[in-house]
Amino acid sequence: MSEKLLEVKDLHVTYRTDDDNVYALNGVDIAVEKGKTLGLVGETGAGKTTLALSIMRLLPDRVGFITKGGITLEGRDLLALTEADMRTLRGSDISMIFQDPMTSLNPIHTVGDQIAEVIALHNQQASKAEVERKVDEMLEMVGIPAIRKSEYPHQFSGGMKQRIVIAIALACNPRLLLADEPTTALDVTIQAQVLEMMNELKQKLQTSMILITHDLGIVAQICDQVAIMYAGEVVEIGTVEDIFEGTQHHPYTVGLFGAIPNMAEESPRLHPIDGLMPDPSVVLPGCPFAERCPHAQDKCRESRPAPVAVNNGMHRVKCWLAKSALEG
Amino acid sequence: MTAPESSQNVSVESRLRKYRKKSQFRTIWNRLKKNRLAIFGLVLFTLMLGVVATADLYYSYEQDAVAQNLRLRFKSPGKVPGHPLGTDQYGRDVLARVIYGGRISMFVGLATICVSLSLGSLIGATAAYYGGKVDNILMRIMDVFLAIPNILMAITLVAAFGTSLFNLILAMGLAGTPKMSRIVRSAVLSIIGTDYIEAARACGTSDMRIIFRHILPNAMGPILVQATQTVARSVITVSSLSFIGLGISEPTPEWGAMLSAAKSQLRYHPYLAVSPGIAIVMVVVSLTLLGDGLRDAMDPRLKN
Repeated sequence: MSEKLLEVKDLHVTYRTDDDNVYALNGVDIAVEKGKTLGLVGETGAGKTTLALSIMRLLPDRVGFITKGGITLEGRDLLALTEADMRTLRGSDISMIFQDPMTSLNPIHTVGDQIAEVIALHNQQASKAEVERKVDEMLEMVGIPAIRKSEYPHQFSGGMKQRIVIAIALACNPRLLLADEPTTALDVTIQAQVLEMMNELKQKLQTSMILITHDLGIVAQICDQVAIMYAGEVVEIGTVEDIFEGTQHHPYTVGLFGAIPNMAEESPRLHPIDGLMPDPSVVLPGCPFAERCPHAQDKCRESRPAPVAVNNGMHRVKCWLAKSALEG
Repeated sequence: MTAPESSQNVSVESRLRKYRKKSQFRTIWNRLKKNRLAIFGLVLFTLMLGVVATADLYYSYEQDAVAQNLRLRFKSPGKVPGHPLGTDQYGRDVLARVIYGGRISMFVGLATICVSLSLGSLIGATAAYYGGKVDNILMRIMDVFLAIPNILMAITLVAAFGTSLFNLILAMGLAGTPKMSRIVRSAVLSIIGTDYIEAARACGTSDMRIIFRHILPNAMGPILVQATQTVARSVITVSSLSFIGLGISEPTPEWGAMLSAAKSQLRYHPYLAVSPGIAIVMVVVSLTLLGDGLRDAMDPRLKN
């Protein structure tokens, strides 16, 4: 077993607003191994971005609170760090790629300056020439000619902007990269290029990654492990093989896969999951998926299921119907 | 075989030169150059600064701007040789007084805006960035000051600290701060929600760096417009203060004071008000054009 880089244990996050409390994360457990990629899949509002922001400790001020649980990076408790310590960690140990490359670059600085900024911030003793050399190197690495570093973001296309964002994120060789839907805003061809590049870079730099996405195709392509999130919980977690080929699944996972067009069989319509996610401001006694689940029983509405290990590995399903591999 | 090779080298070299990093100042200057109105403003303003700075070469402060000559009272422009803009009610040369008056008026106008711009930016940006309690406390204090008319506040401050040029500038700068901080705050608020600020935070950038390097330059537009307007207003405010004896006292020439002195003569000698009036308009127009051009030049999106 390889070593764990990041561990999130029983994480609860609440957004407190004037009207009510929104329970965004309700006991999330995930772990990312060194050099591996974890895919976070789930529909809008499942808490994927909230989880990423919690790891960065960038939840919105005065609104988002971590109420319970722990996050450790290589044994260091991230929640106990001071803001100043956290700041030195951001960008150098953990970096994040945001969803929309069009708006995540500052329009009034050249792209070279923006890459140089993060390098200079985390390498105070580096000389100007060293920083510039590193900027050139990073740009070339993501496939952009270094001479274009003195251009401004609006002079680049969307795909190139996302490459620059990735160059910024990887500039200090972070150990963990949080990619929040890095390819959603890009068209399919560019998507493939960017993903391939991220995969290559990840292997070259030995970076672990958490990839947030809606797209199960992307997950199959580059992830090692997958966590399926629903209503602030990880309902199923396992390796890509477990999720795509395993025998036992959470009904939500089955529903997700049912909503993808199948090449092998002809069907006039896709099969979406009926219903909507439960109101996150209400604490449900039972399984949050019960209202939409085709197999729901009374037990599901009354109490919460615990994760069950359905095979001998790490494949765990949070469902009353899942049969433990240990019990046979 | 060598000829095509070298020509290729040249083209690579010239492309590299095109992309070579220019200094921030050079890029802004290159873009500003293309804006004719801005260059007009810049030339006009520098010209006025030049004339005002070298006033001693063609006029004597004591003899032309201050000394009275009752034989030459109220000579309209062009009537007496040597007084192209005429003379005032004490027989002093109007052109000399306008030029020497510029020393005080332009200096006060610019210094005032420096004070309120720096204080206002600091307060407004801090309030917007930290939000919540900090925002509430700072902005409520500003609101209290905003409720007091500028002129009254300046009067109070000058009366409390005593009449001097430095106190005058400080008083007017402080009086202009609340308005400036409101404008900075709203400009900053519109920038703060953008992804690149979040991204900058995710890179471990410090708060101060985010405010000064990422937010304020992006919020420059409305701030510059307000700043150029304030320069004009503060020239007028100085004159109002002079009028009630708290600003610049006679016989020191100053545009606002000249204007208010000309007011009583407006019916019979209107030319007295025209000269200082035009001088104020010229400063304001040149600064507005320059400020507008600078704003455009500093925004890379409007390039080319």
